Amino acid sequence: MDWINQLNPTMQFAIFSMLKVCVVIFLAVMPIVAYAVLVERKVSAFIQDRVGPNRAAPFFVKYLPVVGPFLVRLGIFHPLADGLKSFLKEDFTPAHVRKVYFWLAPAIAVVPAMLALAVIPFGSTLGAQKMVIADLNVGILYTFGIVSLGVYGLVLAGYASNSKFSFLGGIRSSAQMISYEIAMGMSVIPLFMLVGDLNLSKVIAYQADGAWLVFKQPIAFVIFLVSAFAETNRLPFDLPEAETELVGGYHTEYSSMKFALFFIGEYTAMIAASAMMVVLFFGGWTLPFAGLDQPATTLVMGFAHIGIFVTKMLVLMVVFIWVRWMLPRFRYDQLMDLGWRRFVPLALANIVVTAVVLWALHAK
Amino acid sequence: MENALFYIFAALTLLFAFLCVANPFSRNPVTSAMFLVLTMISMAGLFVLLQAFFLAAVQILVYAGAVMVLFLFVIMLLDIKEEERRRFNRFAIALGGVSVIGLGFILFSTIRESKVGAGLKLTAVKGSDTAALGKALFTEYLLPFEIVSVLLLVAMVGVILLSKKDLK
Amino acid sequence: MIVKRANLSFWERLYLPALLSGLQVTWRHFSRTFFAGKKVTMEYPEQKWVVPEGYRGAPYLVRDQSGDTKCVSCQLCEFVCPPKAIKIIPPGSSGKPAERANAEKMPAEFEINMLRCIFCGFCQEVCPEEAIFLQRDYSLTGLSRGEMIYDKEKLLALGGTHAGVQKWKHKLDEAKEQETFPVKG
Repeated sequence: MDWINQLNPTMQFAIFSMLKVCVVIFLAVMPIVAYAVLVERKVSAFIQDRVGPNRAAPFFVKYLPVVGPFLVRLGIFHPLADGLKSFLKEDFTPAHVRKVYFWLAPAIAVVPAMLALAVIPFGSTLGAQKMVIADLNVGILYTFGIVSLGVYGLVLAGYASNSKFSFLGGIRSSAQMISYEIAMGMSVIPLFMLVGDLNLSKVIAYQADGAWLVFKQPIAFVIFLVSAFAETNRLPFDLPEAETELVGGYHTEYSSMKFALFFIGEYTAMIAASAMMVVLFFGGWTLPFAGLDQPATTLVMGFAHIGIFVTKMLVLMVVFIWVRWMLPRFRYDQLMDLGWRRFVPLALANIVVTAVVLWALHAK
Repeated sequence: MENALFYIFAALTLLFAFLCVANPFSRNPVTSAMFLVLTMISMAGLFVLLQAFFLAAVQILVYAGAVMVLFLFVIMLLDIKEEERRRFNRFAIALGGVSVIGLGFILFSTIRESKVGAGLKLTAVKGSDTAALGKALFTEYLLPFEIVSVLLLVAMVGVILLSKKDLK
Repeated sequence: MIVKRANLSFWERLYLPALLSGLQVTWRHFSRTFFAGKKVTMEYPEQKWVVPEGYRGAPYLVRDQSGDTKCVSCQLCEFVCPPKAIKIIPPGSSGKPAERANAEKMPAEFEINMLRCIFCGFCQEVCPEEAIFLQRDYSLTGLSRGEMIYDKEKLLALGGTHAGVQKWKHKLDEAKEQETFPVKG
């Protein structure tokens, strides 16, 4: 490992950043996406009194005596089969689509969701490396900016497909995303008034010193949570897809890996939203006991912090999944009503109240 | 390194801006809108090179993420067909040429008068640039800031007034 | 008809009661399936549905109690079949004689195209010999269209013996009595 120390700091930074990107995307996000789909299918099955996927069994299972059949019952191998299937299926491009945008849209749907993960501090330190890909000073603004680009994937997919269902899905998604972005953006302003910094690592440090922000700003959390559902197009706000009304919404005309990319995009956005909520409201990688709220000094502690972060994130993802099978879809006017006439004023009021309280505390 | 990045982003900005207004391959309004988005994003890159992270983020958030989505929304809802290649009439060309030259002259002379880069020095902002920007906006530039806000408010009221058909 | 929407109270407009009851319902079902293992579905190829009596599944030919073909090739079922799924080739004058006593003939070939069959049960209803029955078989599969045309051997093998109604047993007795004319009693 000597050659790393001999490189200049810029090169070291570049190498470690690359390494972190690769690890986060391929060892964390992709498996979590795959198994989130499995959890989604299993949870939905249990809620609907079914068994869920329990068939996929690769050839080596028969050599595992007891564990193998158990894993098959759990459906552990289904994500692999799903992935393989989406690679091997026919990639059909309908004749009436606008080709360039039809090919671009799935990529545009995935990339912003992954970029948004760059500023999330998913652990304290491992050795000398901070466990965040890009420790930006404007972390939260960066996330909002990137997330707001995610809507293009949906809108372009709707436009490119050149069919009425897709088009309606695209139009709905653009209106919905813009509306809830405003509520979402305003809901976090009180947080940063309390913290006094936009850097997400500082937000975690602030929460490590005092209470988690979910207890200090419960209204902000509720608004953020609901807006996150709307931003990720999850039920009860999945109007851009709305299977019962729009066939498949913006991805009606898509098949094979292009469709899978939309799927990955949706789940990655879910991961990003959950990670954001963990950082903003649930203390990030800290736990308020056993000295787990200070940056790690040993490797074990570093991994423990990452584990804590991932656990918190997975819990929130289960909330996302559970809600999908719990609530029916909103009507479109109800959606807009909730966004503009309830959450925006509520978020504004929250800002004003927080400002007044802070001012009163400082005036003393 | 930073110089090279500057030239890359500047070239991209100009290229995308050109493709936005005069794309030789497509007359599709959606394509123009998408190139405008790319222009915004490249400009955000330029802001990053100037260490103005806040401005870069807001540029993407507001312009690329919100304003352009509304543009697309309107383009799609109005169902604007691909623009046909019109034959230019001479009067329009002459008028356009004169206004371009006039504007170019004003821009050029302004830049020359203000001596860009001569007295300008990048001053490192203490702490986060967000705080500095907020301070500047609410102390030094409070009046322009408020005027712009009122302007936006007026525009908003105007839109509501226009869109309400049965206003008493 | 105009349905008047009920005015919601403040509490209800917060969506909170709906959320809570939703959570309650989903948790009830989740725990019932996840912890107690109660489920309403069946894992099909391993567990098969026991169809109720009178279920109209695939029509098969049946044999009588002594294992002979009951069908006498009258072609009524072929005639009545709405989708024309049944095809019967009669034995003709030089064909094999019927296996069964007291029957003039039996079909040389009897085919049912299971892809055409609509399981209406007309053939069963019309059959004077009670030789064809819609049985409980609901899972008909094949790898080709040709495979789904069931011939006589297959239909008979699948049908089994149907010894419940033995119409000809009594007819035989009556016929024997006819031989000793005049009939006694």
